[in-house]
Amino acid sequence: MGLIEKILQGDQKAAAKLISKIEDEPTSALEELKVLKERIVPVHTLGITGPPGVGKSTLIARLIERYREKNKKVGVLAIDPSSPFTGGALLGDRIRMQMHSPDEGVFIRSMATRGQLGGLSRATAKAVKVLTGWGADVVVVETVGVGQDEVEVMRVADTIVVVLSPGLGDDIQMMKAGILEIGDIFVINKIDQGETGHLERNLELVRPGREREGWVPAIIKTIAVKGSGIDELHQKIEEHRKYCGKPREVERADED
Amino acid sequence: MRKKIRVLIAKPGLDGHDRGAKVVARALRDAGMEVIYTGIRQTAEQIVNTAIQEDVDCLGLSILSGAHLKLFPKIVKLLKKRGGKNILIFGGGIIPSEDIPELKSMGVSKIFGPGTKTQGIIDFIKTQIDADGKRR
Repeated sequence: MGLIEKILQGDQKAAAKLISKIEDEPTSALEELKVLKERIVPVHTLGITGPPGVGKSTLIARLIERYREKNKKVGVLAIDPSSPFTGGALLGDRIRMQMHSPDEGVFIRSMATRGQLGGLSRATAKAVKVLTGWGADVVVVETVGVGQDEVEVMRVADTIVVVLSPGLGDDIQMMKAGILEIGDIFVINKIDQGETGHLERNLELVRPGREREGWVPAIIKTIAVKGSGIDELHQKIEEHRKYCGKPREVERADED
Repeated sequence: MRKKIRVLIAKPGLDGHDRGAKVVARALRDAGMEVIYTGIRQTAEQIVNTAIQEDVDCLGLSILSGAHLKLFPKIVKLLKKRGGKNILIFGGGIIPSEDIPELKSMGVSKIFGPGTKTQGIIDFIKTQIDADGKRR
């Protein structure tokens, strides 16, 4: 049986191998991707982005619980940076999600940026397709910890959640262009770790400029480690999924 | 372009001593490898599923609890069952030398004890992967 057939039957090893091939030998993987693409229907893709250490991975671990309660299969692509000096990487996002590792309905793959700027790796958009082929009902893409300008995730995700935490700067920071423009949902995580009113007010100020086509970006407050606010976040993501309608073809920027 | 070496560093069982695992993970990162670290207190199932999903070339197990003769075989067996028989397995931690032959016979390629230089681990991985060329 071919690799693609195995992937379509839910074989994790086959899916993992194809993702590696996309990363290591992108040109020779094109043939397989073409076959795969014809066999899959795009699924809802959720982008989680925000600065390092705000709790993106922990939030994803909580969201996986919600999806699994509804018996949805979840694919996760967690991106971390490669060293500009050695090309090596320490991929540590899945530490927060390891409770889901024994679950056959969850596929987590860590990816290094390998020199790609913008918060994702070059292979990410294609890997979304592989996880879709594997049977994911939803694919979650976690960007590297981003600063202001890493907006590549908007090219692969239907719904973008920008995660922030208390203590991240004044109103001028909130007025700047970049990641604060791309959020469909804003999460203020770790609300037990500091004063959030200031951040919330500043987000409220930037939000009106973000309204587009009838969607007003929501602000959700969470404490991911304790699981609080997660139901609300999950519900808001579902609302946005319905608002989006059909999931987009994940094409952009990934056609080499 | 040379393929990236992907390594999983894992700590099986009830053992919270992760300094050594972190030092090794960091050294392998600095040697240009992509290192996945799972954190402490992992079950065999968690480690093996991670190894498969991450498509790693080698798996480094750190154990200081004394349960290596119980945990290593469980992981090796499960890994083979899941199709990961080509994954290079090495171990480290507090492992008595008299236990090493048994671990090797079950498929653990090398045990690195206290005092090991990180360069020794890097060289071992690179040499093994170049030599058998069987990865992937």
